[in-house]
Amino acid sequence: MTSVNSADVLIGIRDLKVDFRLDRTTTSQAVKGISFDIPVNSTVALVGESGSGKSVTALAILGLLPKENSTVPAASRILYGDRNLLALAPGDLQKLRGADISMIFQEPMSSLNPVFTVGFQLTEVLTKHLGMTGRQAQVRALELLREVGIPEPETKIDAYPFQLSGGQQQRVMIAIAIACEPKLLIADEPTTALDVTIQKQILELIAALQKRLRMSVLFITHDLALVGEIADYVVVMRDGEIKEQGRVEQIFEAPQDPYTRALLLCRPQLERRPRRLPVIDDFLRPGPPLAGRALEERTRGLRGDEDIILEVRHLGKSFYSREGLFGKREFKAVKDVSFKVARGKTLGIVGESGSGKTTVALTLLRLRGESSGEALFDGKDLLAIPPKEMMLYKRRIQIVFQNPYASLNPRFTIGQLLMEPLQVHRIGASESERRDRVYKLLEEVGLPEVSFFKYPHEFSGGQRQRIAIARCLTMKPEVLVCDEAVSALDVSVQAQVLNLLQDLQDEHHMSYIFISHDLAVVKYMADQVMVMNEGEVVEVANSDDIYRNPQHPYTKKLLSSIPQGWRRESPAP
Amino acid sequence: MTPDAALSIGARRAESPGLWTLAWRRFCRDRVGLVSFLIVVFFFGLMAASGLHLIAADWSKEVGVNFAPPTFVGPAIRDSDPSAPVAAEPPGIRPSVGQGEIEIVDPLAEVLADIRAQSSAASVADAQASTLVFGGDRWGRDVLKKTIKGTETSMFVGLVAAFLAAFLATVFGALAGYYGGWIDDFFNWFYSVFTSIPYLLLILAIAAVLNQKGTLTVILILGLTGWTGIFRLIRAEYLKHKVREYIQAADAIGASHARRMFVHILPNVSHVILVQLSLHVVLFIKSEVVLSFLGFGVGVDTVSWGSMLNEAQSELILGYWWQLVAATIAMALLVTGFSLFTDALRDALDPKLK
Repeated sequence: MTSVNSADVLIGIRDLKVDFRLDRTTTSQAVKGISFDIPVNSTVALVGESGSGKSVTALAILGLLPKENSTVPAASRILYGDRNLLALAPGDLQKLRGADISMIFQEPMSSLNPVFTVGFQLTEVLTKHLGMTGRQAQVRALELLREVGIPEPETKIDAYPFQLSGGQQQRVMIAIAIACEPKLLIADEPTTALDVTIQKQILELIAALQKRLRMSVLFITHDLALVGEIADYVVVMRDGEIKEQGRVEQIFEAPQDPYTRALLLCRPQLERRPRRLPVIDDFLRPGPPLAGRALEERTRGLRGDEDIILEVRHLGKSFYSREGLFGKREFKAVKDVSFKVARGKTLGIVGESGSGKTTVALTLLRLRGESSGEALFDGKDLLAIPPKEMMLYKRRIQIVFQNPYASLNPRFTIGQLLMEPLQVHRIGASESERRDRVYKLLEEVGLPEVSFFKYPHEFSGGQRQRIAIARCLTMKPEVLVCDEAVSALDVSVQAQVLNLLQDLQDEHHMSYIFISHDLAVVKYMADQVMVMNEGEVVEVANSDDIYRNPQHPYTKKLLSSIPQGWRRESPAP
Repeated sequence: MTPDAALSIGARRAESPGLWTLAWRRFCRDRVGLVSFLIVVFFFGLMAASGLHLIAADWSKEVGVNFAPPTFVGPAIRDSDPSAPVAAEPPGIRPSVGQGEIEIVDPLAEVLADIRAQSSAASVADAQASTLVFGGDRWGRDVLKKTIKGTETSMFVGLVAAFLAAFLATVFGALAGYYGGWIDDFFNWFYSVFTSIPYLLLILAIAAVLNQKGTLTVILILGLTGWTGIFRLIRAEYLKHKVREYIQAADAIGASHARRMFVHILPNVSHVILVQLSLHVVLFIKSEVVLSFLGFGVGVDTVSWGSMLNEAQSELILGYWWQLVAATIAMALLVTGFSLFTDALRDALDPKLK
């Protein structure tokens, strides 16, 4: 950021390199010599995908890198005033942390100590760092809770972390972080674990506090669209290097680096629905990223005369918890849900955490035990047929789970994973025929044949999700449930997997039930969208209609929470 | 696929390490673990060789004089005197000719002299050594060979009992953890009953019920009482794994309960079983020693570390320390080696723990 006057620089990072020692012989360079400034009284967004080194940079500023396996060369400097933070004595650094620089983390629940009250954890910081007495700290703690927008701070100050919602916990974390009025607040993916509506509130809170307290914020995120609304400067990182840095309008309006352009365009956008999403490779090779048919708009929506393959009527699912000796308490996770899935089309289900969208999917596949209502698949009620008969239908309705790191058995090779459904259902005449089928499927999802002998841990998240999809395809299902199938993936990988899913649907004419909390992704994929809230269906409509003209107030609230990126008409503060 | 392609796939296949291979690589980086592994391997070799009668097959032969001292100590002074057996005779019945009292003629004197002459001739023929490598016991048996034989018995008991306990625990734990509900309640109840009885009392009770001395009895006692700890862990692992996404995925593709339990989950908890197995080998070797020491262990015709230590308590008073030392060294070496090996194994199999 050459435009910044050196007097206005709060923290200057110069040629920062961080190496991690993996074992005796191998080291990996997490950060490869980056330089940027954090100006006074402004927000700098550090954007990058997983493994880009953005969190490592933040830890280096705080001096929290693990001592035993990380090394920072002496040439690297992090300048704070006239001091080099990397060369500071541990005691001085500790004084600086909390007082001048503080941090909030991604998971508020695991950052707060579960056995102490919110008030205790807040006053502890005040008494320790600012030397306040107990009474003063108590008063100040109340003030802080009010400042971060906790309702009824007088009662909440005595609450334990588990008694607060995720958003409130993150507010408490912010209160602790700003307790000493730091000059720099580092926010490491502070909203990634939160729902969209809560995310918006937290972003607004951070932006407001930044202005009021005149502090600087280093905002670390993987989502470029998110930072458009709050950042003054953007630094884009990839593989430990800075790809591009500049003022927010420059990054959004005239991105110089192809990677920045890719990050901006790989995410599905609400306004457009091209036949294919561009992927990173499209930008890194010369020429325009996409051409011809790929750029055409795809029309979505149901006309009403489609063949219905799955009809769900009055689906209900309750969980029970023991209470007292003999009593049990009922919790209704899903209440009276009805919908239809058309052959070859996609039904999108959106909702926040706890809305029951995943429970609907798992109940349909009978992975969740007892339930009420019926689910007619080709006229047969999936919820009522005996387990033996269900085996026939398991082939026809399949599911891709959210976390590709958890849904593949780590002790199986990819070959074993993909052969298993064929063996269980006795598909294919012989072992060699099954093997040929698996090879063909691997090719279809874009993986080399040698993958057959490899283990899941040798693949990246996107590749694993392809394997999970291939496993479903072995049985040639007619309905595929994608339960947050792309939510755990990086933006660029997400586009690849979405393209793959779309190609497969075009080719095999499968129906999808596409569950996601990400409204833009659902808009891109779904013909019909069902909005759920607290176990109930709020609204069902064709996807274009619901985004253009939402009827229910909850849908409206959800849509208004989508991060808009940087807009010229509402310039960044 | 062309043969070339098949070849390249075959070649690439070798480069692809499974989780076990990765664990082995991590293990090889642990120097202490590797040394302890060699010790354990050495003891296994000893056990196998002794079991196949390659070494120490003649351990019960009385090759040395009674309580023959170790060679490095040197022969006992009384053993260098050929008339030692005579000297060992209590002085009370010795006729005291020199004191002029009535001469008592021993009617058996001639017979005894005959027997003595015969036995000394026999011992000369057997060439009873005055010293042995690590000494001899009461009957002049070689303590080194006895220790090797004892190693075989003790390790065999420890291993088989640990396998039995781990097997029971795995089956019970898998059923209880996987199915939950009343099956879980039943096994937990069973577990609670077992653990509510003091350990030693339970062992003695089962020993009394079986009422038969021998290696098999010891194995049964240890195996039937020792599964509880492993059961708890396996059950917890199954509880944790059965709700994982990969098990749900297996359910979705139609894998049966047995398949999910033993083909999907078992390999993922096998590291826990392996570590527990080797921990229990050590534990059971020690328990066998205690049992044999108390007299509930192996029969008189077999030798184990426990029975050696049992003999040693009366020998020690007389100053014959070598049997005690031999058994103790062997046991300490194996138990320490095995424990360190187990530690290294756990680190290698579960790197998150570090």
